[in-house]
Amino acid sequence: MAEVDAPEKRVEQLERVVIRFAGDSGDGMQLTGDRFTSEAAQLGNDISTLPNFPAEIRAPAGTLPGVSSFQVHFADYDILTPGDAPNVLVAMNPAALKANLADLPAGADIIVNTDEFTRRNLAKVGYAASPLEDDSLAGYAVHPVALTSMTVAALADTGVAKKDAERAKNMFALGLLSWMYSRPYESTLRFLEQKFAKRPELVAANTAAFRAGWNFGETTEDFAVRYEVKPARMRPGTYRNITGNAALALGVVAAGVRSGLPVFLGAYPITPASDVLHELSKHKRFGITTMQAEDEIAAVGAALGASYGGALGVTTTSGPGVALKSETISLAVALELPLVVIDVQRAGPSTGMPTKTEQADLNLALYGRHGEAPVAVIAPRSPSDCFHAAIEAARIALTYRTPVILLSDNYVANGSEPWLLPDVTELPDLHVPFADAPNGEDGRFLPYLRDPQTLARPWAVPGTPGLEHRIGGLEKADKTGDISYDPANHDFMVRIRAERIAAIPVPDIEVEDPDDNARVLVLGWGSTYGPIGAACRALRQRSLPIAQAHLRHLNPMPANLGAVLAAYDKVVIPEMNLGQLAREIRARYLIDAIPFNQVSGLPFTAATLENMLEDVVKNG
Amino acid sequence: MASPAIPAGRTPLKLTAKDFKSDQEVRWCPGCGDYAILAAVQQFMPELGIPRENIVFVSGIGCSSRFPYYMNTYGMHSIHGRAPAIATGLSSSRPDLSVWVVTGDGDALSIGGNHLIHALRRNVNVKILLFNNRIYGLTKGQYSPTSEIGKITKSTPAGSADSPFNPLSLALGAEASFVARTIDSDRKHLQSVLRAAAEHHGSAFVEIYQNCNIFNDGAFELLKDASSRDDHLIRLEQGQPITFGADGRYSVVHPEGSFGLQVREGGEAIVHDATVDDPAYAFALSRLSGSDLSTTPIGVFRNVPRPTYDEIVQKQLLDARAQATGTPDEMLSGLLNTGDTWTIL
Repeated sequence: MAEVDAPEKRVEQLERVVIRFAGDSGDGMQLTGDRFTSEAAQLGNDISTLPNFPAEIRAPAGTLPGVSSFQVHFADYDILTPGDAPNVLVAMNPAALKANLADLPAGADIIVNTDEFTRRNLAKVGYAASPLEDDSLAGYAVHPVALTSMTVAALADTGVAKKDAERAKNMFALGLLSWMYSRPYESTLRFLEQKFAKRPELVAANTAAFRAGWNFGETTEDFAVRYEVKPARMRPGTYRNITGNAALALGVVAAGVRSGLPVFLGAYPITPASDVLHELSKHKRFGITTMQAEDEIAAVGAALGASYGGALGVTTTSGPGVALKSETISLAVALELPLVVIDVQRAGPSTGMPTKTEQADLNLALYGRHGEAPVAVIAPRSPSDCFHAAIEAARIALTYRTPVILLSDNYVANGSEPWLLPDVTELPDLHVPFADAPNGEDGRFLPYLRDPQTLARPWAVPGTPGLEHRIGGLEKADKTGDISYDPANHDFMVRIRAERIAAIPVPDIEVEDPDDNARVLVLGWGSTYGPIGAACRALRQRSLPIAQAHLRHLNPMPANLGAVLAAYDKVVIPEMNLGQLAREIRARYLIDAIPFNQVSGLPFTAATLENMLEDVVKNG
Repeated sequence: MASPAIPAGRTPLKLTAKDFKSDQEVRWCPGCGDYAILAAVQQFMPELGIPRENIVFVSGIGCSSRFPYYMNTYGMHSIHGRAPAIATGLSSSRPDLSVWVVTGDGDALSIGGNHLIHALRRNVNVKILLFNNRIYGLTKGQYSPTSEIGKITKSTPAGSADSPFNPLSLALGAEASFVARTIDSDRKHLQSVLRAAAEHHGSAFVEIYQNCNIFNDGAFELLKDASSRDDHLIRLEQGQPITFGADGRYSVVHPEGSFGLQVREGGEAIVHDATVDDPAYAFALSRLSGSDLSTTPIGVFRNVPRPTYDEIVQKQLLDARAQATGTPDEMLSGLLNTGDTWTIL
């Protein structure tokens, strides 16, 4: 970067690195991590990220609850998780150090901002003495750096206010880390120019801070080694880094394009789903209407109303919102109209921990309605998979005229990974016909006469002459849709509503068992795919055979699932709940599945699963 | 009605009331006021000149909400209180449709109060007909949010403890751009109010006093009985002084120094103007009627133009589309390739 008279530094090659940036909520750690991630992606590493932030927007400065962090894992091979433990912790203050220290393995690098290690800040988090001055960090490689004061000094000539200069310290840290790991930085400089386009002095300040950090790394004696992580071998194509929420939004856009239908999103802001609303609200040119409704119930109601009118109706929310929408989803079951309900799960019950992850809405999705009201349920396995899961949800909703619940969660929603951009023309064609002519004798229109293949009823939208009809929540007579209290008819209709969901064809589940000699199968669903996969790889490397299968379709389940499960001596089901899928599998297939559960608000680490699975493989 | 228009190339329709009768058997109690409203609406609908397929009735739950089944148009009998929300999604995504919401005092003002006020606030282009019988009929006789305080019902044997809503005051507080009241038994007046509501571009809120002859019979008899109605019913006519009673002996006046309107014997009657922009006038009119109905205006209280939610939403879509180039697939491909991308060969 700069022409400086620098000591020669040793360059060391690494296969993978996990860095965690941690600081106050206002320190810009999410942005810093995001930029570092982009640099790693530009270099061609495989990456996986995990942000972790408090629900409070600005918790009191310097306190433990106010700590926000961003972990990025980058490697020269394909990786499945954001990493169990950081190799490097960047701690912007004592709170960030204290909150994250327990996660660090012995020998990890710790870069601390010494300017913030004041008596007052230490006292805030209960440090009697500075951990930098006693031997409590003896097991780590501590790099004390006066981040704030060096940033302020570096910006002394730029004329920015001291407050703005101090705020640029995250760019100093980013510059230092970018130097340490030999990252290309052009995209970051470009990003700063765009972000502060209206305030050139801030572009200059942040750029100067970044350069100062880089140059500090190059010149200081404290960092003797510079690291390189070579590009990973990845499938050819164009990639971008994507979060699950962004991928969901793009998947909904794609569903609109590929169905030729206008999209109507009804949503009420809720963490961690709001970003899907934000993203979709930018894409009106695709014929996407976003309505911020007065409440969760109105959000789904408006979406259903739009579906009735011939749009692809979508609503986005998290668990508490699904509970509120339940009655309307049941109405959609009775009306047999397309509806996509996206639940970005968070830790519950009630408000729970809104920024933490959990998979505990599976029962809610499968059963959380009154009456016999089955719906299709699917779950993405990774951030980029959210794109394809959204398209699949729309395909099922449109083809089979049913509500579909898509279960994402906070882990995939805010995590990111490289996404191999699809060829748009190869995405599924989602066009479905509207009814345009009477389908009964004497020119009558029968709104509940079903397609023999899909068991879907005709989608007859208002404005179509000759098909005027009434639908509603009251039980309907088969074919005519007239109100019916006939006992046999109700029995028939309840069963056909169940049958039509159960009969939706979904792809067979695939088993990964490279040596084809495993006796234990680990079955997962949703966002646990990464940690389960990483754990399985680790076991296989140690010659412990294990098979992995992952469910995308939770209702209906793949037709081959029963046979797959029966072929193994043991079936283990790790979930971030108290065993909801395990109970379902036991009930459906009479398999004595072994549940393994964690409800800490955090994703499984691969090591946790590896230990557990090792025990099952060895001891049965 | 400003929208929807008759589709281009279609000759004006010659429909009759019969065309709007569905093949479903009407199942309200004999003598219910709903029959009169249904007949009035079916007779009025041909006037609109709108093809039946472009008309949608959406309802919630309650006796009144069975209404869509009896109209030979498109219709949805939805769930309790949610009709305005469902109609908002339908109307804003399909501005070519004429969307009507039929609701009752429990459906609109109790379980669905939130959706009602927000539909009115947004000025969604829907016509909301609130059948107010001041009682819960379909659940067999509990008090409603418009029942007078002290109402003795199955669920309140010692008398209800809560004060009722004044539906028109509520609608005006929610920024409704069209607010009116009429009575089930006065077909001519009911249809004149429907006509004005249909012509209004935006949310139209129409309260219809409706007699439940089973659980709250005679609730509005004071306004219907020939011997009493003239002294209690105030007919609002645009541009006319507001007087009532025999030979117009009562006047609605605006006393100096008063915030509201009052009824006086004699005095200078104010001239009715529903188009006054300041909602305080219509609100003052709405406050003339209390639970005892002793001085009850009917007619159009407020009728002012305001941009509709549907228009704004559609304009944003059109403006965005006008700037887009390429096929949808090309646009999508461009969107996916946005931001920092990298290519592996």
